[in-house]
Amino acid sequence: MDWVPAISRWIHFMAGVMWIGLLYYFNFVNVAAAKAAAADGTGAGITKHVVPRALFYFRWGAVLTWLAGAALLGANFGNAFLLHKSHLPIGIGAWLGTIMLFNVWVLIWPNQKKILGIVQATDEQKNKARRTAFLASRTNTMLSIPLLYFMAAGGHSAQFFG
Amino acid sequence: MKNPLDSLWGTIISGLILTLILHNVVRYALGG
Repeated sequence: MDWVPAISRWIHFMAGVMWIGLLYYFNFVNVAAAKAAAADGTGAGITKHVVPRALFYFRWGAVLTWLAGAALLGANFGNAFLLHKSHLPIGIGAWLGTIMLFNVWVLIWPNQKKILGIVQATDEQKNKARRTAFLASRTNTMLSIPLLYFMAAGGHSAQFFG
Repeated sequence: MKNPLDSLWGTIISGLILTLILHNVVRYALGG
């Protein structure tokens, strides 16, 4: 057994399920739930108790997914990110995942800190933060579709592109 | 024009279109 790639692949899958599962929870469930809860004045519990916990596993799941993916690529890390023909499908997946990780830590989390009141922000700044975080989250949902396609295609080029 | 990312269906359809484009780029690059 080749331990490092085997364990890395396993962790990559588990952390990826955590990350993308919570991304889909935010986009498919929480956006509509928060809107409905705000309309009937029951949104405080979601904002106070659910979202901060979900965001914790979301952002660290993203980091762990990326690190385990990098470990899994191992010596082929450069070939993947340089989009070498031998690793082109997984290279596209790796780039999409990296863009998504950037969105999590640079666009979603700093803006969510303003929305949740973890950092000080005016109402105007909160409204702007809400829109930026929403669009970054939706962008990641959109990118997750080709990301998962190219992860599935990695190592199966003949099946997908033959 | 409305941003397609404002709706879930717009997001999903955009993702599928992007997948189709990238699939064809990769298939062409691999000579398939």
